[in-house]
Amino acid sequence: MSGLRILVGVKRVIDYAVKVRVKPDKMGVVTDGVKHSMNPFDEIAVEEAVRMKEKKVASEILAVSCGPQQCQETLRTALAMGADKAIHVLVDPKDYTNMQPIHVSKLLAKIATDEKVDLIILGKQAIDDDCNQTGQMVSALLDWSQGTFASKIEKKDGTLDVTREIDGGLETINITLPAVITTDLRLNEPRYATLPNIMKAKKKSLTTKKPGDLGVEIKSTQQILSVEDPPTREAGQKVESVEELVGKLKEGGFVKS
Amino acid sequence: MFSRINRLYSVSNKTLLQRFKSTLVIAEHNNEALTPVTLNTVTAASQIGDVTCLVAGENCGKVAEELSKVAGVTKVLVADSAAYKGFLAESLTPLVLAVQKQFNFEYLFAPASAVGKSLMPRVAAKLDVSPISEITGVKGEDTFVRTIYAGNAIQTLKTSDAIKVLTVRGTAFEAAQTSGGSGTIEQAPSVEEKNNKTKFINQEIHKSDRPDLASARIVISGGRGMKNGENFGMLYELADKMHAAVGASRAAVDAGFVPNDMQIGQTGKIVAPDLYIAVGISGAIQHLAGMKDSKVIVAINKDPEAPIFQVSDYGLVQDLFKAIPEMSEQV
Repeated sequence: MSGLRILVGVKRVIDYAVKVRVKPDKMGVVTDGVKHSMNPFDEIAVEEAVRMKEKKVASEILAVSCGPQQCQETLRTALAMGADKAIHVLVDPKDYTNMQPIHVSKLLAKIATDEKVDLIILGKQAIDDDCNQTGQMVSALLDWSQGTFASKIEKKDGTLDVTREIDGGLETINITLPAVITTDLRLNEPRYATLPNIMKAKKKSLTTKKPGDLGVEIKSTQQILSVEDPPTREAGQKVESVEELVGKLKEGGFVKS
Repeated sequence: MFSRINRLYSVSNKTLLQRFKSTLVIAEHNNEALTPVTLNTVTAASQIGDVTCLVAGENCGKVAEELSKVAGVTKVLVADSAAYKGFLAESLTPLVLAVQKQFNFEYLFAPASAVGKSLMPRVAAKLDVSPISEITGVKGEDTFVRTIYAGNAIQTLKTSDAIKVLTVRGTAFEAAQTSGGSGTIEQAPSVEEKNNKTKFINQEIHKSDRPDLASARIVISGGRGMKNGENFGMLYELADKMHAAVGASRAAVDAGFVPNDMQIGQTGKIVAPDLYIAVGISGAIQHLAGMKDSKVIVAINKDPEAPIFQVSDYGLVQDLFKAIPEMSEQV
């Protein structure tokens, strides 16, 4: 399987370190003027694809992002990390608020078919909607095998051994190509894009498409009724000593008195 | 008078609705016993209507028996085959679709565990519907509650999909009673489509005598402040005295102190025990996402400015290497 063609999906999300604020109208969170960056799991996906290319397992890496104009910055980051070319599926802001993983899955499945991709690597979840759905859905739409929550990927003849993070430990499965893999945090340590690579990335090909060009209609079946702050916890108290702490735990019935 | 009639009508209407809504719960188990989170999922599903459970596995008859006695379960469908070894999504999806085709459930539920998260979006895509992940509440027959942004916002959403595919956050629902039910056991429809795409190789489950992290009443977690893996021995000693499970922050996992499956947080496990003791954990947003619904939170940290103290009920500002051995002596 020399020369796999890999598609990596990247999403632009509010930076993981930002404390989000719910909008006063309770219909979403404040995104204007808030720092955005590439979804951390997607950085891991890009890094893994680049490493596969460096090991000559992969021949070409295509980065794809679906969303508003600013997604192009996220794609440029992927190109600077080592992706070869990028496709931006430009979604207008009105449709973007209605976009769900199923729509992204349909778009990615169509691009994967058009571009004759062998392997799709996506993050296991986006840290904004926390859905953890897109990889599994793309895999279903294409009828490909899936290796979710991957912490290790090893080439084995014409197949891949994927070690997965599961409840209680690890599991290894063998998947036949073509396939979809979603990344867990432990898969790798993503590299930083260097300035020369950032400059080079500006010259790489970035094509823009519309969902309609790919035959996908963004019609939502879900309506957000409200987005609210979680209940705040009542202020606690500081205790002065271990004795006092254990005393409190005894009062609470957690420790036998 | 009219209001009384109306009230009667609405009551009977509600029971009618309950009877006619059909829910399927995909049971999680290890062929020997049910995974506890299945019981929480049954509770979520029974808020909508009659609960049928699907047990797929290899020699899983014992699990089907166990499930038929769970309160609220009316029917158990069993699919016993070597094909379900490893509970691969590619093998289970055709089965769930065959069951769905025969019985036309309106709701498909599974626990939001590694198996459920892998399977349900695959099923939903095949049914061309939008799944809803990790619900924490059922507000109505089409309205569900879940968290977004690492638990920093709560979203209520309404779906118009004819088949609702949902995964359930176990800690948000009580466990169903394991007795009192009288479900019938039936064979699930047979499936023609065979998975030849993916093969299960092996599993390495970290054995422990301590309670399961996701369902433990008390959880003690260590973070970067533990400094190394050996020092976790102190937490294990304390945990054994308190009958607690031991968890960790991402920092402790990344530093190699403990295995990945002990990680609590947005990208690890979500726990909501009665008592959570955070030791040497600063309290990053991503960690809080996994434990802030705990009933009582205790923080032990030498940094008085650590954000964990903003959510803790009892905070002790002290060096953990002094505090934990002292605590072990006193409990």
